[in-house]
Amino acid sequence: MNTITSTAGSAPAATDRHAASARPTGFVRDTASVFVRESRPLARDPFSVMFSLVQPLVFLGLFGPLLVGAAGGDVAGTLQWFVPGILVMVALFGTASTGANLLFEMQTGSHERTLVAPLSRSALLVGRALKEVVPLVIQGTIVVLVAVPFGFSVDPLGLVSGLAVLAVFGIGFGALSYSLALACRNRDWMFWMVHQTLLFPLMILSGMLLPLEDGPDWMQVAAAVNPLSYLVGAERALLAGDFGAPAVLGGILAAAATCAIGVLVGVRSMRRAS
Amino acid sequence: MPRKTVDMTNHNQMITARGLTKTFRSKGQTVEAVRSVDLDVADGELVAFLGPNGAGKSTTLRMLTTLLPPTEGEATVAGCDIRRDPAGVRRRIGYVGQGNSGGHTQRVRDELHAQGSFYGMGRRETRARADELIESLELEQSANRTVQSLSGGQKRRLDIAVGLIHRPELLFLDEPSTGLDPHSRANLWEHIVELRRQTGTTIFLTTHYLDEADQLAERVMVMDHGAVIADDTAWALKESLAGDRITLEFEGATDAAAAAARIGGDTSGRVVTVTARGGDRALPRFIRDLGDAGLDVVAATHRQPTLDDVFLALTGRSLREEAAHAEASDAAEPVAV
Repeated sequence: MNTITSTAGSAPAATDRHAASARPTGFVRDTASVFVRESRPLARDPFSVMFSLVQPLVFLGLFGPLLVGAAGGDVAGTLQWFVPGILVMVALFGTASTGANLLFEMQTGSHERTLVAPLSRSALLVGRALKEVVPLVIQGTIVVLVAVPFGFSVDPLGLVSGLAVLAVFGIGFGALSYSLALACRNRDWMFWMVHQTLLFPLMILSGMLLPLEDGPDWMQVAAAVNPLSYLVGAERALLAGDFGAPAVLGGILAAAATCAIGVLVGVRSMRRAS
Repeated sequence: MPRKTVDMTNHNQMITARGLTKTFRSKGQTVEAVRSVDLDVADGELVAFLGPNGAGKSTTLRMLTTLLPPTEGEATVAGCDIRRDPAGVRRRIGYVGQGNSGGHTQRVRDELHAQGSFYGMGRRETRARADELIESLELEQSANRTVQSLSGGQKRRLDIAVGLIHRPELLFLDEPSTGLDPHSRANLWEHIVELRRQTGTTIFLTTHYLDEADQLAERVMVMDHGAVIADDTAWALKESLAGDRITLEFEGATDAAAAAARIGGDTSGRVVTVTARGGDRALPRFIRDLGDAGLDVVAATHRQPTLDDVFLALTGRSLREEAAHAEASDAAEPVAV
């Protein structure tokens, strides 16, 4: 067997028997460390982003044609309305279940190991939440690229800003998913119950699949307090290149508010849980 | 145990705890998981915490590693106070919990690199150290594989590598070999013993395997119902608390009863069982003396005591049975008060 301690040279601070290589780290560095760790599996296995893309692509392929038939419009026009909503769906579904990873790591012990490391508790949450941006941007781009051959036209700058707004939302929603995981430790069923209970109402009441203008009043009231409906409105304007539309500001505010609330709640939950 | 007074700043002391207590609330009842535990572990010691499941071993460990705030009491670990300077404790210790440290979708080498960055190690230093640990813990074949594809023994060796990345002066191991097959257990212990031989790292571990505590630890603390009930070398515990077991078999029950009257011990039919110190020397003497008295011994055995005998002497219960019983039931973590 080989030596477990380092032999001379490899440890610069080897003044005593134990080269105390651990040094104080800051919030930014800790966040970066957590972000890098969380992103590695994706970098090693890029195809794993396809997992949460299946559902949005099914909606695009199977629900889209029905929408064309029902509305009686042309394919390109319907896609112009429908694809931005699918992007929001990507952001919603991709980040909502991310807490399950933390739930699993809490059960196996790898979360515990990060709690014994000298990492800032806030960084443990923020680093994880920031990682959500990576798959989200890749998935959003794929959805748009799939829709373009069918006549969807997208403003490139609008797409970049649209994805940026979604990324801000995704950080917040991912943080909320982690908070839910921390609240449901040792009870996965509770996590999935809350997840399923909230996800579909949030989706339907955002107007991403069908317009809510024809729905009853109470639905419109519910949509008015659903941040996702503002996001859907903003994405429709941005992807069409209409930067001046009032909906854009509404979407940015909704994303920023979700992000702020999500990170605050998440950091609080992480601090309390450890 | 009487409260000891020791200078808490003594730098040869790796762990000093006084009156460490943890109370949980479980189903409306207050459970004292750890009751006023005093601990002293010197730099370089290998100490085993032995006791049945639910004795409070892991809870004590979790307090010492800053995972759980104590309800009462204080402790200094690797020179830092667990309440006032938890970050200082975390920087100096390594911890291998009951679970597996590696994330399932992570690759072995990536997890070691991540762990180095968690401890503020430089990129080059981390890489060199990771390579070193991969080699010494024989993880070369699995370095580029994901954690979920590893065997139980490989996962456990990765856990140890992860816990050692920053060269901690003190390593905590919580049930390191539980759930491993005998071969992997032996292999894991080879690595731990080798690590200690080379670095002198202080090791504090919990186990409910009697033979492990007996063979490997220099000092054994026996824990039961949240309290430390014995603390000494395995040899001294066995010598002072258990003694050797001698069984003598006779032609008939009358002989056995007559023999028991002469040398003491318990009779069961034709067999007499005696507990004696230095049993290997006592046995031939018994046979000779009893033979002189006309009581012929037809069969004899001599067995050295185990830590189970120590536990039995201390608590009236067998640890071996408790361990088997506890492994069958699923112990849920109670909620902290």
